[in-house]
Amino acid sequence: MCAKPKKTPDQEQYDQLEKKYETKRPVLKNCLRAFWVGGLFCIVGQAISYFYIYFFNFTEQTASNPTVATMIFIAMLLTGFGVYDRLGQFAGAGSAVPVTGFGNAVISAAIEHRTEGFVLGVGSNMFKLAGSVLLFGVFSAFVVALIKTILIYMGVI
Amino acid sequence: MLKGKQSWVFSQRPAIIATGVTGGPFEANGNLADDFDLLHEDLWMGEDSYEKAHRVLMEGASRTALRKAEMEKKDVQFFLGGDLINQITPTSLSARSLEIPYFGLFGACSTSMEGLALGSFMINYGGANAVITGAASHNAAVEKQFRYPTEYGGQKPPTAQWTVTGAGAALLVQNNGGNDPVTTAATIGKVVDMGVTDPFNMGGAMAPAAADTIYNHFQDMQIEPSYYDLIVTGDLGKIGRVTALELLKNKGLIIPDEQFQDCGILIYKEDQPVQSGGSGAGCSASVLYGHLLNRMKRGELKKILMVATGALLSPLTVQQNESIPCIAHAVAIEMP
Repeated sequence: MCAKPKKTPDQEQYDQLEKKYETKRPVLKNCLRAFWVGGLFCIVGQAISYFYIYFFNFTEQTASNPTVATMIFIAMLLTGFGVYDRLGQFAGAGSAVPVTGFGNAVISAAIEHRTEGFVLGVGSNMFKLAGSVLLFGVFSAFVVALIKTILIYMGVI
Repeated sequence: MLKGKQSWVFSQRPAIIATGVTGGPFEANGNLADDFDLLHEDLWMGEDSYEKAHRVLMEGASRTALRKAEMEKKDVQFFLGGDLINQITPTSLSARSLEIPYFGLFGACSTSMEGLALGSFMINYGGANAVITGAASHNAAVEKQFRYPTEYGGQKPPTAQWTVTGAGAALLVQNNGGNDPVTTAATIGKVVDMGVTDPFNMGGAMAPAAADTIYNHFQDMQIEPSYYDLIVTGDLGKIGRVTALELLKNKGLIIPDEQFQDCGILIYKEDQPVQSGGSGAGCSASVLYGHLLNRMKRGELKKILMVATGALLSPLTVQQNESIPCIAHAVAIEMP
């Protein structure tokens, strides 16, 4: 990783001047929007989960797989129809953090690079945004599992 | 002729006899839709990739300028242009079909004025009888390269800007005494880097470059800001514009608020979701060669100073934590 360049006194001074005019992110508004849009996604997810439990032969444990698949399918449609990016601008983390956001990151990249062909375009670019999530997600799961195993082995839990 | 430190005076006053301006659907809903010669209904423009659509914009603008002047491509000696895509391929591919000897330029969003300054210089000294110069950008093609996929649901901060889908081209000829706008001077800017690293705050990054070039223009030319009816920056957006005004004030150059405009703010309506304003190489090119020159021809403006601003970054330099190097070039345009 490259180091951040040190700011000269002139640059520091300019930084202060520019910050005066910079429109700040509306953090509180963003948090509230993220909270209720994210919550709405979860309600939809919960409803789909109940749907699979009551109408099909799923239990609370096994219903999560088809639920996630359905949510991602919906995210795919919304991405393809050009709705998800607008939703993302409104909701921020509310639509980025749930699994639908992960789906959107993969699907939008796949759509974007369709013009470069299936192998060098879609295939090699599909995970350009989501790839880090996969790598660090799997790695942190491994670390957590390792800690748990050690704790069990030591008889702590 | 060189005047002062970094300015040229064009004593022969090269004339802009025709321009061509093309745009996309988002610009058709914008503030200046009437000033475009051709507005495409969708971003694909009948092509099978956004990069090819990008070429269509540039080609369309150049051909429109030629058609309006009733000239053929063989009458034009040089084509100077550029865009933001890697290796400026959309412009080079336009040059392929235009079959005009070609200078490919890269000055990011300042390319429009880099081209106009160099073109004027050539015409002024008899290096050419006619040149076409222009710049273009395509929202989807540029965002794909510099930012995220177009359909990705990331939240843009209020400092971000919207890349203009558009192109502007001007046909510049030896002054024939006609009633066309002429270029009278140009100031070439130096790269200014005030340490801004946020690629979602281009206006803030480019403001010092704009202020530097504007200041040096008035120093070199020994004139006051009141000489011009309008001083127009390329794509500083709302934040960059006020920042540049304050920087100029600190240097002792007082420019009234209404005399200092920005293409990135002019081009879109207040309710379009563009955060701080428009940007891109096509922003200054389409607004100048469309809206502003139309206003000059209607007699509303006599003298303007066009300052195109460019952020010379790449996605790679951003990831490697480089700050954003910026540049601005100014060209003075007057009615005869």
